[in-house]
Amino acid sequence: MPIFLEKRQLVTPGDLIAEGEYVAGENTFVEKSKIYAARVGIVEYENKRVDVVALKAFYVPRPGDIVIGTITEVGFNGWTVDINSPYIALLRASDVLSRPFKPQKDDLPQVLDAGDLVVAKIVSYDRTHDPQLTVAEPGLGKITRGQIIKITPTKIPRVIGKKGSMISMIKQETGCNIILGLNGVVLITGKTLEDEQLAMRALVKIEQESHTSGLTDRVTQMLKEEKSNKEENKNE
Amino acid sequence: MNDKPEKLIDKKGLRLDGRKADELRSVKLEVGVIPNADGSAYIEHGKNKILAAVYGPREVHPKHLALQDRTVMRCRYHMAPFSVQERKSPAPSRREIELSKVIRESLEPAVFMEYYPRTMVNVFVEVLQADGGTRCASITAAALALADSGIPMKDLVVACAAGKVEDTVVLDLMDTEDKLGAADVPVALMPNLNALTLLQMDGTLTHEEFEKAVNMAIEGCKQIYVMQKEALKKKYVNVSEGIKEEAEE
Repeated sequence: MPIFLEKRQLVTPGDLIAEGEYVAGENTFVEKSKIYAARVGIVEYENKRVDVVALKAFYVPRPGDIVIGTITEVGFNGWTVDINSPYIALLRASDVLSRPFKPQKDDLPQVLDAGDLVVAKIVSYDRTHDPQLTVAEPGLGKITRGQIIKITPTKIPRVIGKKGSMISMIKQETGCNIILGLNGVVLITGKTLEDEQLAMRALVKIEQESHTSGLTDRVTQMLKEEKSNKEENKNE
Repeated sequence: MNDKPEKLIDKKGLRLDGRKADELRSVKLEVGVIPNADGSAYIEHGKNKILAAVYGPREVHPKHLALQDRTVMRCRYHMAPFSVQERKSPAPSRREIELSKVIRESLEPAVFMEYYPRTMVNVFVEVLQADGGTRCASITAAALALADSGIPMKDLVVACAAGKVEDTVVLDLMDTEDKLGAADVPVALMPNLNALTLLQMDGTLTHEEFEKAVNMAIEGCKQIYVMQKEALKKKYVNVSEGIKEEAEE
């Protein structure tokens, strides 16, 4: 029952990873008791479980996930929302208004219009039904200011880091508040535009170099350098 | 250029472009060439130059085409008007419609179609320059584009042709050999699962010749597969190496 590859090795679809008593984890499949990779990614294993951390994938909704979406259409008792996924999400009017929806009285485009951005939570989704969203919880709802950046959804865990080390470091260094949508959309709100742009550059760096080690240190270094550069410019 | 050559294989057993019977044309592959697409790839196989782009999975339009238990895969193979000697009408011809279907059917077995029901995956193949064996090169490029887009796959798909030219079984026919030769056998292979997803034959071969041609084509596929994997990894390896150099400096 050997494992054929070392940890953190790059694999392509169809690569044989392990054989025998292993459990096939994410982005892998089993054929004749052999475990193969199903996506381009990096091999990780712990105990008997073998995973491939995908380097590029799309977002598949899961109930309970916080996502950031764009309103694409105003329906007659709710909205359709693009959540950067193969499936379009639905947001019901009564949920946003937090009372029964009255078509005669309520004007939906005034509450949320096409193009508006919302932070929402997925209430339900399965193979047979499109995902449904809710905004009736603290911290959710329409976005009024800040910057939006899109990254590959599988890299969100990398942005968070081990026990949130990466994200809390970026928040501290830039002084921005960051909301991570699990669908790969990130909202950054800071005091100034420069702070926000600095945080955005850090996120772009993480996305490009997510599969390399020692990333947190490099990002910290980059942020500190850029900050000191800016202060020098101010002094001049 | 359009003159008919006297001999397709010379006394030394070399072909028109100086290749041996079992030699491939040069192959160059690149991944992620179209930023707007979810996945893309570019192949240069001899004088063939082909772009492949993948969009999806995304919601199905028109809606009635959606399937409740699996993804719908659509494929468009198209030759640019300037891809051949005589201008080709840009409208899809009978041949292009058939090749679209052939390419789609050779890719479908490699994709986990049942993972994302009620969605659609679009594969676009654009031939910029053609010189025989475009269907094989298209399959190789389209499989790379699919893998690049992040769709779960059982295996990559590689394709290569073999055929018969003047009583010799040869690998990877180019345009003149294809037109003047006796037979052409395109084969698409999933190398790790060791399964064929495409097997066609145009022309006549004896039983033995056919078997020899198929085996030769499979060997050709395996050679291209190595390059295919390398191209897919290259996109990410470049970044890691850049960082290593930075650290050393």
